[in-house]
Amino acid sequence: MGLTLQQKIIARASGRDQVTPGEIVTCQVDLALLLDSGGPRRIWPRLRELGVGVWDPDKIVVVTDHFTPAVDAASAAILKLTREFVAAYRIPRFFDMQGIGHVILAEHGLAQPGMFMVGGDSHSSNGGAFGCYMAGFGAIEMTGVVVTGEIWMQVPETIRVNWFGAFGTGVVAKDIMLFLCRELGIDNASRVIEYGGDTVEAMSMSERVVLTNMAAELGAETGIIEPDETTLESIRAGGQEPAADALNWRSDADAQYLVTHVFDAAVLAPQIAAPHSPENSGAVGDYLNVAIDQAYIGACVGAKLTDLRMAAEVLTGRKVAAGTRLLIAPASQKVIRDAAADGTLQTLTAAGAYLLPTGCGACAALGAGILAEEEVCISSTNRNFRGRMGANSAQVYLGSPYSVAAAAVAGRITDPREFLS
Amino acid sequence: MSRGRAWIFGDGVNTDVMAPGLYFKSSMEEMARHCMEAIAPDFAPNVAAGDIVVAGRNFGIGSAREQAAMALQHLGIGAILAQSYGRIFYRNALNFGIPTLIFPASGEINAGDELQVDSVAGVVENLTTGHRYQVAGLPAHLMAMVSAGGLMPWLKHRIANKDI
Ligand code: SF4
Repeated sequence: MGLTLQQKIIARASGRDQVTPGEIVTCQVDLALLLDSGGPRRIWPRLRELGVGVWDPDKIVVVTDHFTPAVDAASAAILKLTREFVAAYRIPRFFDMQGIGHVILAEHGLAQPGMFMVGGDSHSSNGGAFGCYMAGFGAIEMTGVVVTGEIWMQVPETIRVNWFGAFGTGVVAKDIMLFLCRELGIDNASRVIEYGGDTVEAMSMSERVVLTNMAAELGAETGIIEPDETTLESIRAGGQEPAADALNWRSDADAQYLVTHVFDAAVLAPQIAAPHSPENSGAVGDYLNVAIDQAYIGACVGAKLTDLRMAAEVLTGRKVAAGTRLLIAPASQKVIRDAAADGTLQTLTAAGAYLLPTGCGACAALGAGILAEEEVCISSTNRNFRGRMGANSAQVYLGSPYSVAAAAVAGRITDPREFLS
Repeated sequence: MSRGRAWIFGDGVNTDVMAPGLYFKSSMEEMARHCMEAIAPDFAPNVAAGDIVVAGRNFGIGSAREQAAMALQHLGIGAILAQSYGRIFYRNALNFGIPTLIFPASGEINAGDELQVDSVAGVVENLTTGHRYQVAGLPAHLMAMVSAGGLMPWLKHRIANKDI
């Protein structure tokens, strides 16, 4: 019986030829991502308590993103501690205030087919778009990884999700995920979502990561996509050379899936998720005329160069509506440089967008752009739980960057296709 | 063995409400004071050590923040009984030594019922109604770690035994 890609990676990482869903195995970690939020600030005191160091500094990547830039003494202290940790343990790969960790890994080609990777953040599933197994864990669990270099796993089942056909105007990967949150639900622990089909094959890596990033919203262990030439090109663009056998990391033709879903991209409309859960979603037509106070383009999932370009496409020659504010927190410093070079930033600011620093920002109510009680926001982020972006009574709708920009222009949720040719 | 009053929660209680981002930089004491505030403001002020959280599906869905489990630990929660769990929260809770069981009959428990939970045997007794439930106990491969009190005591034990 064949194996799915994730099972092959878990088998390799646990030193076995075969694994079966449900089996408990111990995997050797190829790379661990530590962020300022659940990383050194929580792990270092525990290492001291245990009287041990890190298992392998070359297999650890540290990124500051949740508390950047420091806005008060407490966040400054967290960033300082993170830098001291990196120096103390001589961790060579440290990205300080360069962007959001998941985006940084992708930009630097650090996620590669066949690797077994863990991250101290739920959206670590983002990396799975590169054909690796990458999943998120809590800081306590990451402490164990940093000490031992290993982690226990219960081998997940695999759900295959195939999309076929070309998107209509104004429809993107984010709409697929908001649709799937409703269609597959958020109760997919012990499962990995493997995406495929010609819609996915046609996507850039910047769009593919949206599918794996938001596997977290499906409650899945992670998401994964079989690598192809697009994957390898992206890794090379990040300055790394993929292994010669990278494209062999694929699911077997006779692999066992728990279930296979097939969807038609051509009939998908732009999707919106209403407060307070990503699964509370529907076609944009169901939410027309919800008046908004704030439109937010941000987060690992929704503020990459392609996302800013989507917003710019809507905003070219238009203005943000009076009484509405559009905040944009680009996902990395590279995104800012690229968006400055190609004119995207100019289009956004000419339309009245307010630029925020790179980082997690308001996505998790840690940085600038937090909402007041009762305020209504539409956001290109991945989560809209109660209190997520600030006050408990704030209402957060989720949409693609097209939908967020369109709402900013109209001052209310509207169909982005009105503004696109 | 844990014994305490039941606090009832519904489906999809996420880690953002257990540990709101707004209090990330505060002490665990302060964070715990705001645990569940957005959906159950009476919980944190009134919960007593040993009390038991009973919930529906997907308890702890969302962010990896360990403060969600730590806040419950700080409040002295004796056990968690939910129909299903967010995957990271489930691991976090066990790593902090909180007995965390999959409990399909959570709908039959009422707020304030006196419960007794034997997490090793998987026996839940409702002392108020007299009902007894048999569920799966803690996973065998984690028994040693949870019995040691969580991941940190377990790592200490392994380091002392030169197992790491
Ligand atoms: S941008 Fe938001 S979802 Fe992404 S890592 Fe930061 S807090 Fe998490």
